[in-house]
Amino acid sequence: MPIAERGADSGRISARFEALKVEGRGGLVTFITAGDPDCDTSLEIIKGLPAAGADIIEIGMPFTDPMADGPAIQASSLRALTNGQTLAKTLKMAKAFREGDTETPLVLMGYYNPIYSYGVDRFLNDAKECGVDGLIVVDLPPEEDEELCIPALKAGVNFIRLATPTTDDVRLPTVLANASGFVYYVSILGITGTREIEADPVAEAVARIKRHTDLPIVVGFGITSPDQAQSIASAADAAVIGSAIVRKVEDRVDDNGKAAPETAAAVLEYVGELAAGVRKSTR
Amino acid sequence: MSDATAKANSYRTGPDEGGHFGLYGGRFVAETLMPLILDVETAYEAAKADPGYQADIDYYAKHYVGRPSPLYYAKRITEHLGGAKIYFKRDELNHTGSHKINNVMGQILLARRMGKTRIIAETGAGQHGVATATACALFDMPCKVYMGSVDVERQSPNVFRMKLLGAEVEAVESGSKTLKDALNEALRDWVANVEDTFYIIGTVAGPHPYPAMVRDFQSVIGNETKQQMLEAEGRLPDQLVACIGGGSNAMGLFHPFLDDESVTITGVEAAGHGIETGEHAASLTGGRPGVLHGNRMYLIQDDDGQVVEPYSISAGLDYPGIGPEHSWLKDTGRVDYVSATDKDALEAFQLCSKLEGIIPALEPSHALGHVMKIAPDLPKDHIICMNLCGRGDKDVATVAGLLGVEL
Repeated sequence: MPIAERGADSGRISARFEALKVEGRGGLVTFITAGDPDCDTSLEIIKGLPAAGADIIEIGMPFTDPMADGPAIQASSLRALTNGQTLAKTLKMAKAFREGDTETPLVLMGYYNPIYSYGVDRFLNDAKECGVDGLIVVDLPPEEDEELCIPALKAGVNFIRLATPTTDDVRLPTVLANASGFVYYVSILGITGTREIEADPVAEAVARIKRHTDLPIVVGFGITSPDQAQSIASAADAAVIGSAIVRKVEDRVDDNGKAAPETAAAVLEYVGELAAGVRKSTR
Repeated sequence: MSDATAKANSYRTGPDEGGHFGLYGGRFVAETLMPLILDVETAYEAAKADPGYQADIDYYAKHYVGRPSPLYYAKRITEHLGGAKIYFKRDELNHTGSHKINNVMGQILLARRMGKTRIIAETGAGQHGVATATACALFDMPCKVYMGSVDVERQSPNVFRMKLLGAEVEAVESGSKTLKDALNEALRDWVANVEDTFYIIGTVAGPHPYPAMVRDFQSVIGNETKQQMLEAEGRLPDQLVACIGGGSNAMGLFHPFLDDESVTITGVEAAGHGIETGEHAASLTGGRPGVLHGNRMYLIQDDDGQVVEPYSISAGLDYPGIGPEHSWLKDTGRVDYVSATDKDALEAFQLCSKLEGIIPALEPSHALGHVMKIAPDLPKDHIICMNLCGRGDKDVATVAGLLGVEL
């Protein structure tokens, strides 16, 4: 889709990557599932993320059938849904976050059906109004761009594209054609949180994708330690950590799915460790 | 009439290039799988153009599966119901006991052409899993079958059959632990093993080209029926009836007849305890369009777009979606979709066993349950052909339990 036909976005994503460039380091992108294990706890976590060192926040929109996710995020989605999380509540959480933070980019990540059910136009309108800067929808490849990607770009909401080890040089232009915000490189063949990442092939892949686009490249799926976060944030523009953070929530949930009082603090402390790793990265 | 006009008036030209049947179908998969899905499509198009591929399918259909399956006039049920003349298409007589093997043979031959060395599949009742395990034994390929742990419990004879055939059966503990979760888990396996693995999907659903490909492999049912009916009656049947979970046996019977206007076509979904109870698996009656497992289709879901676990006595119909082509055929009105309850199916199961000496699977028992409702009021020259797509050996223990019989 020609740039001229795209609506103006919030500018927060590009501003954040510009700032990272000035700092000379890679960024930290954190993922947690909205409503896991409950609305109040996850909002407390989200609100604390920027101070803990997250540069970009991804909020998972829980879905019953998260086909690209491993056990940790599957379980977190179910915890959230069991406790009554809905897409409307997730948007409300985004709004509550945005009221206290006007700079940190906020990206919603999930699967298409809840959005389709909510209504694409209504969703984009509400997402924009709630201060959402971008969308990552796992089951919408470029072949289905008419569904949500094009309407999102027109509405000024970034549609963040996934590239994977199977996305070869022939296919990359197709994947990047309507990409915006940044490109999310899925570093492993597999689902989230199940295989350990290796820095060398990632650096090669990032270099390969950079030959096709000027957009920032973030890398995720398989980062579990501050050291890995540091090396990936040196090889790419930012490192995404999801399952490892979500497991910290899981660790503090009792058998009835209730959060312990210190859940948010423990999660944020772990994010702080990851942020310290990322801050040692050099670009 | 020009060719273009003929096509415009046909129900048999779908899907379009993007895999759409009207609103339905498509390719809603993660990017990791997308290149592979495109490869499958390319390979399938090339295979279709190669007479050697069809010759292979025909060879195994005849010598291994046992095709053609008979078209059988069910005289005693016809007389018992006192109305329409009822035929059964006997796909329960296929090797492995259901229509599932028709599709599996087509896909495994394609997997071999693509140089894939490992096979995965999902299964609900276990019929597709058994068919896949069978073909993998035949072609000496490692096979992993994903099955919800709830289904592993209620279909234990089929689990053992798969293991005897050399397959690894993975009990899926995620989500609701039934067929939809088995599909999720198979897709997760595929994402992690794209290089060497072929995913044999068991029904006319999933990302393009699966719905069209599975339909093509199952169309042997309808093509044979057409010819056999002409031989038996000198004309086409007045009505086709088949049960629907994902919809593969029904699509196989229906598709060759879609443009024969004189033929009424009826699909029977599983109404479980009754649509009004909310405990059912009737996606077309109780669902609305949604996106799951790579395609848009009618889907049983809540107000928030979360998938609702379906219910049916039959593990093979216990799926919250339905193939995209069925979804489209419903909207166009070409096919009527109705439903039958657990109770209807149980009655049909017993009646067919007693009157015809055929123990049907619980899945086609739903189709027969509907036939039992409509046949008495139809004239004697109204010919119904019902797809008896599976045999009931696997269900004997379940039915015994429901009838209060201890085995």
